Order: sequence, then C-alpha cells, then structure tokens
Amino acid sequence: MNAIIQQLFKFKGGVKPQTNKTISAHEPIAQAPLPARLIVPLHQSIGGTPNPLVVAGDHVLKGQLIGGPDGWLSSAVHAPTSGTVLAVEDHISAHPSGLMTLSVIIQPDGRDEWLPRTPLNYRELAPERVREILRDAGVVGLGGAVFPSHAKLSASKTVPMEELVINGAECEPFITCDDLLMRERAEDVVRGVGIFRDLLAPKRVLIGIEDNKPEAVAAMQQAVKSLGEPFEVIAVPTRYPAGGAKQLIRVLTGKEVPAAKRSTELGVQCFNVATAYTAYRAIAHGEPVISRIVTLTGNVEHPCNWEVLIGTPLGEFIQLGQPKSDTNGYLMGGPMMGFEMPSLDAPLVKATNCIIAGSPTLFPPKAPEMPCIRCGACADACPHELQPFEMYWFARAKNFGKTQEYKIFDCIECGCCSFVCPSHIPLVQYFRFAKSEIWAREADKKASEAAKARFEFRNLRDEREKAEKAERLAKASAAKAAEKKAAAATAEASIEPATGSDGADTSGAIAAPVDADAAKKAAIAAAIERARVQRAAAEPKNTDGLTIAQRKEIAEIEARRAPLQEQTDPNAERAKPGTALKEVKG
Amino acid sequence: MDFTTPPYLLKEASVQRVMLQVLAALLPGIGAYVWVFGPIILVQIAIATAAVLASEAFMLKLRNKPLGLFLGDGSAIVTGWLIALAFPPLAPWWLIVVGAFFAIVIAKHLYGGLGQNPFNPAMIAFAVCIVSFPALMSQWPPVDLKAGFADQLALVFGFAPRIDVMSGATPLDALKTALKLGEGNTTVATVMANAQTFGYFAGKGWEWIMVGYLLGGLWLWQRKIISWHGPAGFIAGIALIATVLWLWQPADFATPLFHLFSGGTMLGAFFIVTDPVSGCTTPKGKLIFGFAAGLLAYLIRVFGGYPDGVAFAVLLLNICVPLIDMYTQPPVFGHKGSK
Repeated sequence: MNAIIQQLFKFKGGVKPQTNKTISAHEPIAQAPLPARLIVPLHQSIGGTPNPLVVAGDHVLKGQLIGGPDGWLSSAVHAPTSGTVLAVEDHISAHPSGLMTLSVIIQPDGRDEWLPRTPLNYRELAPERVREILRDAGVVGLGGAVFPSHAKLSASKTVPMEELVINGAECEPFITCDDLLMRERAEDVVRGVGIFRDLLAPKRVLIGIEDNKPEAVAAMQQAVKSLGEPFEVIAVPTRYPAGGAKQLIRVLTGKEVPAAKRSTELGVQCFNVATAYTAYRAIAHGEPVISRIVTLTGNVEHPCNWEVLIGTPLGEFIQLGQPKSDTNGYLMGGPMMGFEMPSLDAPLVKATNCIIAGSPTLFPPKAPEMPCIRCGACADACPHELQPFEMYWFARAKNFGKTQEYKIFDCIECGCCSFVCPSHIPLVQYFRFAKSEIWAREADKKASEAAKARFEFRNLRDEREKAEKAERLAKASAAKAAEKKAAAATAEASIEPATGSDGADTSGAIAAPVDADAAKKAAIAAAIERARVQRAAAEPKNTDGLTIAQRKEIAEIEARRAPLQEQTDPNAERAKPGTALKEVKG
Repeated sequence: MDFTTPPYLLKEASVQRVMLQVLAALLPGIGAYVWVFGPIILVQIAIATAAVLASEAFMLKLRNKPLGLFLGDGSAIVTGWLIALAFPPLAPWWLIVVGAFFAIVIAKHLYGGLGQNPFNPAMIAFAVCIVSFPALMSQWPPVDLKAGFADQLALVFGFAPRIDVMSGATPLDALKTALKLGEGNTTVATVMANAQTFGYFAGKGWEWIMVGYLLGGLWLWQRKIISWHGPAGFIAGIALIATVLWLWQPADFATPLFHLFSGGTMLGAFFIVTDPVSGCTTPKGKLIFGFAAGLLAYLIRVFGGYPDGVAFAVLLLNICVPLIDMYTQPPVFGHKGSK
C-alpha cells in the first residue's frame, strides 16, 4: 500500500442527511431475471442521439449494435439480450416529464445468445482506437451524468495531467450500487482505472471513497495491492455531496473547478468506479454496456442490488424487491437529486443507479412554503459557496441578470440548500427555472440575431445587385454611345471614299459590340451556374446522414412516385426551362 | 408523496423551530430579570405577546394570509418579548401595546411581512416610544425597590400614581447624568462607589441580566441558530472604543466591562444584531454590521441624549445592509483569487 499519507482538503458547506445505506448493502449483487420485454432508448448519454440500426422484425444477438453513435460526442447502444425487435418507436423514458424518446423494443428469445466477442489487449492498440472502442461499446459515465467516457480520455494539450480522480464516494443516501461493485469486483474496477491511467498519463491516481464504506475501501486497497498499481485509495469524510465530481476533486487535490472550466484545464479528470469497470469489460472481454448494477431499496420487503439489463421496464424490476402496499411512487437516483419515474413502463437506463420505492412515511409531504427569512442556512450549506437566498430572491423577481451575477450557473443543483431551508422553499426548483429561462432567452436572442444577419445580408445583396445592374446598364449605354459614334465616324469615312466599298466596313464595326454583349451574358450565366453548383456542393443535402428507417421510408415513397412521374414526364420536361429561366433571373 | 421537487429528504427545520429556540435562549436573561426587578416583567411579556399576536392576526387578515401558518411561526412573539425586555418593567401597559402595534403593523407588515422588513421591528418600537414618550421610557425602578407585585401591577395598569421613587434611571443613565452634573469634578470611580446603583463590574443587578443574555446567546451560537460574527463584531465595537476612551481618561469614561454589561449590550449583541431579516447576510458583512453598530451604540449612549444607543445604532446600520452585503459577497467555489 502507498506509504504517502494523503492530505485531504475540505469543501465548504454540504449536509449530512440520514444515509439509509445499510438496508440495501447486506446482500451480494443478484442477477435480475430476463424481463418479458426490453425497451432500450437510443439516447442514453449526453451528446448526439444514436441512429437506429435495426428495424421491426430483425433478430438481434446479445451485444449487437442497435444504435450507432451519431458523431464524436455520442455513444453506442446495444441489444441487452438476443431476441426479436418488436418495434423502433417513441416510448416513455426515464425522465421526470415522461418524455417520449425513440426506443428499440426487443422481445427476448430466452437464449441470451451473445454476438461473438473479441477480447482485446488495449496496450497493443493505439489510444485513438481504444477511445473508439469505448465509444462503440457504449461506455458512458455511470455516476449519473452519462457523459460519453471516450470524450473525456484525451489529455489537454496545454495543461499536464496531474491527477486522475476515481469517484467511489457514492454520497447520495440509499444508493449502494458502487459500494457493492467495489466490494465484489474491485480488481476489474482497478484494471479499468489502469486503462484510463494509460490513456491520460496522470502523475497520480486517487480513488476516493466515503468513509462509511469501509468494506469497499478495504477491497479496493486489496485489489490495488494485488495488481501492483500505484493508485491511492482514500477514505474521504462522509458528507453530501462529497461524491460530486467537483467536491471530490477539491477534497482529494485541493483544486476548485469553476463552472466555466473543464477539470482538464486544471490538470484533473474524474471518472466513476462503475465507468472504469464497464470500460475494462468492454475492452478486455468485448462486452458492451448492456447491463448495470441498480440498487432497489426504500419501501420494499427485499432491498438489494441487482445486475439488471438496460431497458428492463421499471414495473418488472420493482417486483424483484416486493414493494410494500403503501408504496406511492418510485424515485430514480437518490433522494437528493433524483426524480420520480413517470410510469412503470419507463425502462431502466445507463443512468439508473438506484430505484427507491417511496411511501408517505419515508418521504413525508412537505410543509408549506414560508417566506425567506434570510437566515443564511442555505449559504452555509452550499458546497459551491453561493448565496442561494439572493439567487432565489432574484429568480422570483425574474431578474435573471442578477442571478447570473450571483453565479447561478455554478449551481450543481445538489439540493443542500433546499434540504436545510427552514422556510421549506424549493430553492433548486427556482434555480432550474431561472437557468432554463436564461437558456431560452439566449436561444431567442441567437435566433433573432441570425434572422437579423440574414436580413442584412439580403439587403446587402440587393444593393450590390442593383449597383451591378446599374453598372451594366451604364456600360451598355456607353457601348451604344460608342457604337453610334463609330457608326457616325464610319458614315463620315464612307462619305469620303464615296460609293466604292460601302457597307462592308460598317457591318464589321457594328458586329463587334453585339458579340461583346453576348459574351458578357454568357459569362454571367456561367458564373451563376458555377455559384449554384458550389452552393449545392457546400450545403449538406437533407438526404445526408439519414437513419436506416428514414432511408427505407424514402425508398418506399420514391417507389410510389415512379409510376406517377412517368405519366407526368412531359410536363416535367416542359417545366425545366422555366425553372432555369427563373434561376437566371433571380 | 410530493414528488415534484427534489430533494425529497428534508432536514427537520422550520421557521417556528428557529423562533422557539430564540425564545428559549431568552429564558436565562428573563430569569435574572425576574430575580432583579420582580415578576412584573412576566406580565409585561404577556401583554407584549398578546399585543403582537393581535396586531399580527389583524394584518394577516387584511392581507389575506393564512392565519394559523404565520401566527404559529413565532416570529411575532420574538418581537414581542424583545419589546417587553427593552422597555422599562414598570412602563404603563399601553406603552407596550403602542410599541407592539408599531413594530408589527408598520415595521413588519407594511413592508411585506415576515422576511421583508428592512428594520428590526423591536428596535423600531423602542425608537418610536423613546422619541414619543421619553420620560416614560427612561423611568427604571431601582433594583431594591420595596414595592409588592400588586403595587407594580397597579402601576402598570394605571391604578396607582407614578411616584418619584419608581422613576429612577438605568445605571448607564445614572452615570452619564452624574458625570454631567459633576461638571468635571466627579470621577467615574466616585459615582460608581454608590453601591445602591452599581454592582461588581456594572449596574447592580443589571450585570446578572446581561450574563443571562450572554449565556442564552452562546447557546444559540452552539445550536448554529446564529453565527458568531454579529455578536463578536458588536462586542468588539463597544469594547474597542470604550477601552480607548477609558485608557485615555479613566476619570471620565467607565470601563469597557461596565459598557459590555450595561444597558442593551448583550441583548443587542445576541438577539438584535443577529436578526437575519434586517441584518447583513455575509460573514464579513455581519462583522462590519456588528462592529459599526457597537461603535455607534457607544457614541449615542455616552455622548447622546438617550439612555442607551443600541436601538438607534442598529436601525442606522439596517439602512446600510444592502450596501454592506453587496461589497462583502464571499468568493464562489472555483472563482477565488480571480475577480
């Protein structure tokens, strides 16, 4: 074990709610049975929505890619088991509002048949390839933020990477999934951390675990020792939100990451322990993220941690814990930052670390909201050292500029302020409201600025075209005048030689300007045509980057259209010169 | 289950709980008060409580606010108790009622009710009454007054004439008057040698009431209802100027200890300066608020025409709160050292 005694730092604020963790931490992780149906939302991470790669009726194997990452900041989605795709359609998701998202609905065939897996030794691969594999295996931050992990695994080019912080704090009450993971699968977690370490090359690796999980700390220390890694496993004081990335970074390194900066700019990067575990499984076993450990606790007879397939409907999952009769709702996440699941049909996703069955005794109804008495309890509790009561005051008054002066965007919505407020003010709600209003206003502003720019550009173009036209006219009239002059001159000249060879010279003089005009017109038409071709090349066609389903649809529509088009072909032919004319005019 | 707003777990905290603890913290001081001036103060506290609750109910009704919720929050009762403790114990009942009415109706509800008042309501009551009824507000009974509870009751309810023996002055006032009358020929030491008015280190009897408030205040601090900044600033403000002047001319200026345990110092430090609604909210701001209020209170009580200066000092600082808060905003996490 490491001989260096790690100096711990403190973050201000924080609260100590009842942890309620022991109830679900008695038993080992259990394997949840195969559900009757799986609903796998395609959008399960920050970034682009993966494109569906299957259609209804397709047969899929366990681990088969069903959603391809859309761009770099996106992450793949896989079939959690083998079976038949019933539909690719909008389905209610694990979102407080009951948002519908495009999901792949799979009926398991019960064989649980894997796609051939290819274990890899990441040390033999280029770092770029490792990141690609992680993206294609759907490895995302499992601490709750579901940020695609591969996008966090490139070290800053300017700032040397000093510390890699591995987050095993798990500070939210009730949740024990990371605790159990570290107790039971510590070596794989440490191996995953090794992958991250090799990609980022930090000076130190610090694994922070709240000191209310002594078994996890011991298991991790043991794993680090037996694998001979120089990682430091550190027990940090139990105080919510010690598991917030910024708080843990502060506690372990003393660095404070402001809202406007990435931690890499300060030479730190942070990953959750479960993320490290899935990264290892993805590379060393070729297993994409198709399941995760979920704590099922609260008002249930049998609280426990389950290894659950992503896409398991909530309704089927909760039966494993036998909810008590007075259960009146289910929370996803912890009681501090979680939300109520909108429906029993909503599926468990990669972000689901915990399901808490609620009851009136467990979460009693809130007392009525009272006016703020400026007692400052919220400011004392705020881990980001904000003045929540001031922000509340201005958010209420819709004075959003002032909320920004009080750094509302530094708020991580941890809920400490609401937790301590003696007036029971839902402060976090006010801050979310203020933030979304500010975002909406900024979007409006951007849209109006874009419209203004478009309008101004159009005006400019009109002006320019007018000027060009005037110039052309001026040139033409000048040419005409010159022509007249020339004609007059030739007439004069022809008078002198008198009758001899009249006409021949004159015709040549007249023909020249006419030719020049035609050439100019042709040049303009060519330029317009060039511009049109350029435009067409530069602008992405709306048929680019379509999903399989959309392409199929287009093909069907084209097929329907074909006979119609044949009938109306002559018309179409006739229309063409017209459009061409229009284009030249425009 | 109200599942609309996380967090779903809440600490057991309420405005009522805060106010009840403030009331509890006043009990040691009240106990000493009863011992020094007799149980009449309990009658005054009862009158004040009834008056503030009636005023509060009246205003809540006018403003269409839920009566039960706001009457039960205890904030009005705290105001009432502070008024009763700040007023002379033998003040006529209607004086307390006028103060209570003014505090709740004008200083609190006309500004928007709980949490909205820019001025400390109890101090507004004190200021209004001492300006309007200076004689009644300055008459403090001597601590060894030989008058029974019945006589005191009769006095409070106006059934007995207010005779001279009842109209003493506070030790603070007595010292100031004696020094003024002595015109430089009297020293603090000779005045304070009068064992009828002065005790071990401050006013006789008064010093123990102050110790009671101090103990209650320390308990509030230990319970994290108040922070140390306001009281420490206030005590430091008074102590600093008192020490400087006392060292400079000990014959003309009483000891800092005397000032800390006289008049409204301890009540002010732990129960008035710490009012969250009308006070500063930032740690640095609380220190500045307390310190400036302490300095001003000393200046008014020693050089001004009123028996004590805590109320005016606090009210003057209440005006400065937005400014002080604005300039003392603590740096935010991750924004330190970069302005």
